[in-house]
Amino acid sequence: MTPLPRWADVVLLPLLNVVLAFLVGGLIVLAVGQNPLQAVGIMLYGAFGYGSGFGYTLYYTTDFIFAGLAVSLAYHAGLFNIGPEGQAYVGGLGVILLGLALNGAHWAIVFPLMIICGGAFGALWAFVPGYLQAKRGSHVVITTILFNFIATSMMGFLISRVLKPVGVNSDESAPLEAITRVPQLRTFIELFKNSPVNLTFFLAIIALFFIYWLIWRTKFGYAVRALGQNPVAANYAGISNQKMIMIVMAMSGVLAAMVAVNNVGGVQGRLILNFVNGAGFVGIAVAFMGRGHPVGVGLSALLFGILYQGGQELAFQMPGITREMIVTIQALVILFTGAMGDMLRAPLARLLARSSSPTGAK
Amino acid sequence: MESYLVDITLILDSTVRLAVPLILACLAGLYSERAGIVDIGLEGKLLAGAFAAASMSAVTGSAWLGLLAGIGAALMFSGIHGLASINFKGNQTISGVALNFLAAGLTTFLGQSWFKRGGYTPQLSGDQRFNPITLPFAEQLREVPILGQIYFELISGHNIITYFAFIAVPVTAWVLFRTRFGLRLRAVGENPKAIDTAGISVTRLRYQALIITAVLVGIGGAYLSIAQSAGFNNNMSAGRGYIALAALIFAKWRPGPALLVCLMFGFLDAVQFRIQGQVFPIIGEVPVQAIQALPYILTVILLAGFIGRAVAPKASGIPYTKER
Repeated sequence: MTPLPRWADVVLLPLLNVVLAFLVGGLIVLAVGQNPLQAVGIMLYGAFGYGSGFGYTLYYTTDFIFAGLAVSLAYHAGLFNIGPEGQAYVGGLGVILLGLALNGAHWAIVFPLMIICGGAFGALWAFVPGYLQAKRGSHVVITTILFNFIATSMMGFLISRVLKPVGVNSDESAPLEAITRVPQLRTFIELFKNSPVNLTFFLAIIALFFIYWLIWRTKFGYAVRALGQNPVAANYAGISNQKMIMIVMAMSGVLAAMVAVNNVGGVQGRLILNFVNGAGFVGIAVAFMGRGHPVGVGLSALLFGILYQGGQELAFQMPGITREMIVTIQALVILFTGAMGDMLRAPLARLLARSSSPTGAK
Repeated sequence: MESYLVDITLILDSTVRLAVPLILACLAGLYSERAGIVDIGLEGKLLAGAFAAASMSAVTGSAWLGLLAGIGAALMFSGIHGLASINFKGNQTISGVALNFLAAGLTTFLGQSWFKRGGYTPQLSGDQRFNPITLPFAEQLREVPILGQIYFELISGHNIITYFAFIAVPVTAWVLFRTRFGLRLRAVGENPKAIDTAGISVTRLRYQALIITAVLVGIGGAYLSIAQSAGFNNNMSAGRGYIALAALIFAKWRPGPALLVCLMFGFLDAVQFRIQGQVFPIIGEVPVQAIQALPYILTVILLAGFIGRAVAPKASGIPYTKER
């Protein structure tokens, strides 16, 4: 079989898979008697039509970029990290502990420290599964799933029993003072009124560039990709696979924890139960859809940002469609771009070979 | 003394109730993983099964039709998983993850579209559910101390799915280790090439395993919504599929130990309700969350090889490609 030309492999095939996912999603909407095109229209309006809607879209996009990069980075090393959800949750602990310790200090000092401290907590939560795979041979897929559950229980305990101030009814930590929180963009830009998008958004953009540089322009990135493509060869080339697995998982955890900086540091200003709210899982869909490339991840994160914010609007305008339709789309995207990503490869290759053969040589 | 006995029987009774979906899901996973197909999607199938069973039962009024629908939904999910992981040789873990999200999204979405009750299906009663069966002489033997009480509380008075689950364990052991099909199933999970060389279709065998998986986990899902509870609610599987997966690893992919581990996890679940807010001597109050997390922590420790070693079937997770 002739391999696909590069442009078809990199752009056309993923695009077809995504279209397929949305087509099936549209059919499901149609099946319950709703108009999918009308739904898309409302979603787009909700996501871009007005200032605060756009702000929310960017806020969701921020989360999804970090979660998507976390999954992507690990995946480049051949590791399937299903745990960004838990890593972000535990990262929240680092963010709030640092924030509360320096409560009242100016955000310009606290923000970088939040990144470091939150990142360290997230790194730890991802490092342990990495260590267990590298040194003890247990698979990171299973352990990261288990660690998500352990994180839920542990954080539930810490929030409701330890961090909750006396006299507060709901399960949440003490709040950060306004000056300590990561500033929201609406304080500078009128357009974003009422929306929670904050400085962390720019951190996400920087992270996209950084990960591109890291994976494709450094020796470390080469080692990561070598490990992912062929661990035996990587080992033979003198790369310590064990060390790489642990480092990559820890870095993946750092990226996931930035979701906590966005939410705990920039939006809620306190640690609340289940603040991650599935963003870590969306990262899986974003990573597969974006094929682990920062450009793809950025665009996919934006698409899911649109879906999440637009889905909110949809719930108001079309009561027949709930936001869970978005989770369904997310599932279809993972299925068609991740698990069945090569389904269309053979027919596409045949099609392209046939259409090019009359003019092509031989 | 007497009250302690009652307490213990009650805890054991709820242990049984809570263990049933775990046992069914765990055995389900056992078939597919023994055949070399990793099934992260148990959770999703459990949820889809629960939703389909409750919906069908609510509409038709028959628990048995509900059960069939539950199995049907799980079969559909298994079919997708098979397509992705057997035919298209895709990544089985990714497919499983996708199916879990698909179930979470679809059940809520369709539930809201069909029943408009915020994701809940209508309350079920009477024949719409599987009701407790009183075994013969249970009432009469109730007065007999200890043994009679155990018979009445613990063994009698469960619904038919519960008994099915407990029977399914020895049956699975028999099928797996005493039949030709079982031998082939285990072989295809360890060395599919050998099976292929013997002229047996790997694809067919793996699909057969997936069908058994779907039937069992579909029944498990139905148990959640139309036997244990009276209707479906959002995300009612609540991680049980993952716990079953953990139990499967813990049991090292063997049916007998799987039963014990599921009972142990069920017991932890049952105890968790009982000890809420209770203060014990010396250790004080045990946080609920610690017990919630215990099955997961234990599995991590096991996986790390600190208490024995759990080695998966060799070919598990690898799509089989015939050499050309």
